[in-house]
Amino acid sequence: MIWGTQILNGVLLGGYYALLACGLSFMFGVMRIINLAHGDLAILGACLVFLISDTTDISPFVALIVVLPVMAAIGWALQRWMLERSLRSGVLVPLLTTFGLAIVIENGLFEYFGADTRSLAPYIGDFAYDSWAITSNIYIGSLAALIFALAVVLLGGLKIFLSYTPLGRSIRATAEDPDTAALVGINTRAIYGIAAAIAVATAGLAGVFLAMRAVFTPYSGPEQLIFAFEAVVIGGIGSLSGTLIGSIVLGVAQTLGAQINPQGFLISGHVVFLAVLAGRLVIAGVRARGGLSTLLARLP
Amino acid sequence: MSLLDVEQLDARHGLLHAVRGVTLKIAAGETLALIGANGAGKTTLLRTIAGAHRPAAGRILFDGADVSAVPTYGRLRKGIALVPEGRRLFAGMTVKENLLVAATYGRPGPWNIETVVGAFPLLRDRLNSRAGNLSGGEQQATAIGRALMANPRLLLLDEVSLGLAPIAVEAVYRSLESLIAGGATIVLVEQDIGRALGVASRIACMLEGRIVLEGRAGDISREQVTQAYFGLQKARQA
Repeated sequence: MIWGTQILNGVLLGGYYALLACGLSFMFGVMRIINLAHGDLAILGACLVFLISDTTDISPFVALIVVLPVMAAIGWALQRWMLERSLRSGVLVPLLTTFGLAIVIENGLFEYFGADTRSLAPYIGDFAYDSWAITSNIYIGSLAALIFALAVVLLGGLKIFLSYTPLGRSIRATAEDPDTAALVGINTRAIYGIAAAIAVATAGLAGVFLAMRAVFTPYSGPEQLIFAFEAVVIGGIGSLSGTLIGSIVLGVAQTLGAQINPQGFLISGHVVFLAVLAGRLVIAGVRARGGLSTLLARLP
Repeated sequence: MSLLDVEQLDARHGLLHAVRGVTLKIAAGETLALIGANGAGKTTLLRTIAGAHRPAAGRILFDGADVSAVPTYGRLRKGIALVPEGRRLFAGMTVKENLLVAATYGRPGPWNIETVVGAFPLLRDRLNSRAGNLSGGEQQATAIGRALMANPRLLLLDEVSLGLAPIAVEAVYRSLESLIAGGATIVLVEQDIGRALGVASRIACMLEGRIVLEGRAGDISREQVTQAYFGLQKARQA
């Protein structure tokens, strides 16, 4: 029964990773930018909510209403004044600028908040550790369940938005071919700004839920970036439903790894990630050489 | 008054001077065929009019207003639509989505999915297919339909018959003829001179970035066109 519980916990943990990876995947899918500051932007969102809830009596859930638009504005501004300019110099330059941005955010937060480990859990009362009994010996955390549900709603909502609304279609058209998108009347700069706003707002959302379910410091961003990155790569880059599946795979791998060995949490996630990556490379390599049948025919 | 006035337009691709001092007027309801050899500057001229290429010098007036500084998306919203060379559909989106995305920012007018399907009946059963899975003729019909969805006042068509089977070219041109009969204003880049002469009211022939022959379709002989096309001798303005 412990294995069943662990798989369930892994799936729910995958919900958090999906929330985290959503913006990373979306930004890459639309703008071809790998945002190395994604994890730090998540922590920035957590810090902003912490600041509000710590200085006032406002619940973190209410503080989100203020912080999400702020994060969206930060995303829009980053696109306008930083990413757009760096993208003009080629696809590799945004990697460097977002890496630089990550360092700036980490040290800026350190300057203001110091190195203390913080959590939003004390600000949400019992909700941080409440659980529901599924059967007599399987329990799920209500916060974890909420995060999972939110991730499904967010990714599903984003997919519906992209498929069925005029703005969503404009984003997809711009992602496919920005030059032609301009020819059908799409203001591609505005679209990129909106996409960055969505991506950074979801990063902030994920950061706040990280802060509710665990602890964070100003330097927690890079680890979160790695989890998001692994989830995106496992699920297939740029695909939203793939991101959800990849996140669940990563979450289950980590909890099962931890069940096998107390040290196994991180390593089993990395192993699954590397195995999927290697598998993709092998498949791509075989395809590039004319498919499996061609390769087999060449054997002596 | 002319709908489009191109004045002394120069456009470059780096060191290549693709369009040199082109002046061109197009009246509403007119169909101008732009012909010329590969590399004569036809595509660059169309893309510059649509705003997809930045001119080095000169002005573009649309309906009397200078649009030279208007970005590409703004020109579509004013009524200049380009069907680009190679169709450039959004391959991952369905035919219907390709059409809808162009209608979002277009002008109000008679064109909608129903009327586009009426003009290109071959699209009727393909609306929910991914654009990347269409045949060449279907793709071209979608590309023209996508431009029409914006209800343009000026339609720029770049090599609409390129790479199509003869039967698909027939279908595309039949639809074009009905557009022209309906009073559309069109600039058509075409390699097939016979086709161009068949539908256009006016012809302009480009050679090495310049317009070397221009006149009414009926007033120009095949011989003049051939000479201007290959630059065999300096053709006079007809």
